Amino acid sequence: MNSEIFAILGNALSGTTLDIVPIILVLGFFQLVAIRKAIPHLKQKLVGLGLVVLGLGIFIVGLEQCVFPIGTQMAQQLTDLTFLADNDSVKLEALQNAKHIAPGVYLWTYVFAFLIGFSTTLAEPALIAVAYKAKEITTGAISAWGLRISVALGVAAGVTLGVYRIVMGSPLHYYIVAGYVFLIIQTCFAPKQIIPLAYDSGGVTTSTVTVPLIAALGIGLASSVPGRSPLIDGFGLIAFASLFPMITVMAYAMITEKLAKRKEIE
Amino acid sequence: MDVVPIIAVITFFQLAIIQKPFLQLNQTLFGVLLVVMGLFIFILGLESALFPIGEKMANEFAIKGNPWWIIFFGFALGFSTTIAEPALTVIASKAGGLAAGAGAIENNKDSVANFVLGLRFTVAFSVGLAIAIGVVRILKGWPLIWFIVVGYSLITITTFFAPQEIIGIAYDSGGITTSTITVPLVTALGVGLATSIRGRNPMLDGFGLIALASLNPIIFVLGYGILVYGAGGL
Repeated sequence: MNSEIFAILGNALSGTTLDIVPIILVLGFFQLVAIRKAIPHLKQKLVGLGLVVLGLGIFIVGLEQCVFPIGTQMAQQLTDLTFLADNDSVKLEALQNAKHIAPGVYLWTYVFAFLIGFSTTLAEPALIAVAYKAKEITTGAISAWGLRISVALGVAAGVTLGVYRIVMGSPLHYYIVAGYVFLIIQTCFAPKQIIPLAYDSGGVTTSTVTVPLIAALGIGLASSVPGRSPLIDGFGLIAFASLFPMITVMAYAMITEKLAKRKEIE
Repeated sequence: MDVVPIIAVITFFQLAIIQKPFLQLNQTLFGVLLVVMGLFIFILGLESALFPIGEKMANEFAIKGNPWWIIFFGFALGFSTTIAEPALTVIASKAGGLAAGAGAIENNKDSVANFVLGLRFTVAFSVGLAIAIGVVRILKGWPLIWFIVVGYSLITITTFFAPQEIIGIAYDSGGITTSTITVPLVTALGVGLATSIRGRNPMLDGFGLIALASLNPIIFVLGYGILVYGAGGL
């Protein structure tokens, strides 16, 4: 098992190294050609970049070894018709022959989607980085945990609704366009300071941890629900997961602003 | 702390709902240990390298005063990091299979590979362009919301002309373009730039680059779909 793990670790490290090579090339080019200055603390920064690659590599191996296999398996089991029929052969046959499955059958899938969306987002390294920066700039007015929890709630709600859409088979763009309209109206009422951060948090949420698990869930579901194509209906969960955090982050800012005002009055 | 919720959710579902014991418990626990350790090392590197580099570059560019360099820098950073993004490669090849299956492109290796490469270049170009536009926005101090409103309107209009097969992929491509290493760097760049230029507010002007980088690919991929499939209409 050990040699296997080292082989996987090697793979992951070369993967993250490939990720960072274009960045280093661009940084190096502009430093030399445009700025034309030696890089201060070069050694320290190289060590830091090494740490980023190493940390991300180890992190991904851990995910691939423990979280992804279980998560993927779980997504398959929860959407499996045999599980939905409680191992009851009569029910199973009814489900297999049904042209249309009542959306309520997938209750546990919704619960799983919500919880897995929430928990994977909390572990997302890119979000930790942005929350850290936001806290630093606002000198603590926007707490890192407050931001991360509201983003996580947004992803959870988004993925749940996205799963419901896959079960129902309704067109993706109705939901997304409605979400955009809601978002723009909400923007008019949100505190100005939060708007750019809120819009950024949409793109930040879906990376290393969330995407593979959510994609597994979407594809598992779309291949088990009768009448859904994994290729057409399996996509779209990430779009939901990028849309909803913007709404919840703005809501978070609106609530904290109101609370602060109320305190002032008292 | 950061991974406790995932473990709790998975344990709960395994034991309470699916009601089967864990396979390979040892390996799982070892994996958790790696995740925690890896995250710790990553954050260490973040604070000692990625953040300071992004800010320092932004600062130097601001002092230099030639806006073209930094706009070009934004484009190069966006393009180069996206073209190498593994998640994009995965989604693009899935989209290639889908297009070949639907008969939009010839179902052979060459034309699928062309389609996939075209899609990756489209997304990478649009991310580069988005960051370049975002840098101009920070330099000028324009409010982000106007860009968002115009962007969403463009997406909505393009969607009505786009073939059904590309819509899901296009909307998803917005979320996957910004990787774990790119996000901190781009954030530091924006915030650093807004801090260095007089009259800009890091909160109001510094954030927003990622937002544009997630929005622009949707428009471009929808456009790419129209180009390859022909206008679909809904």
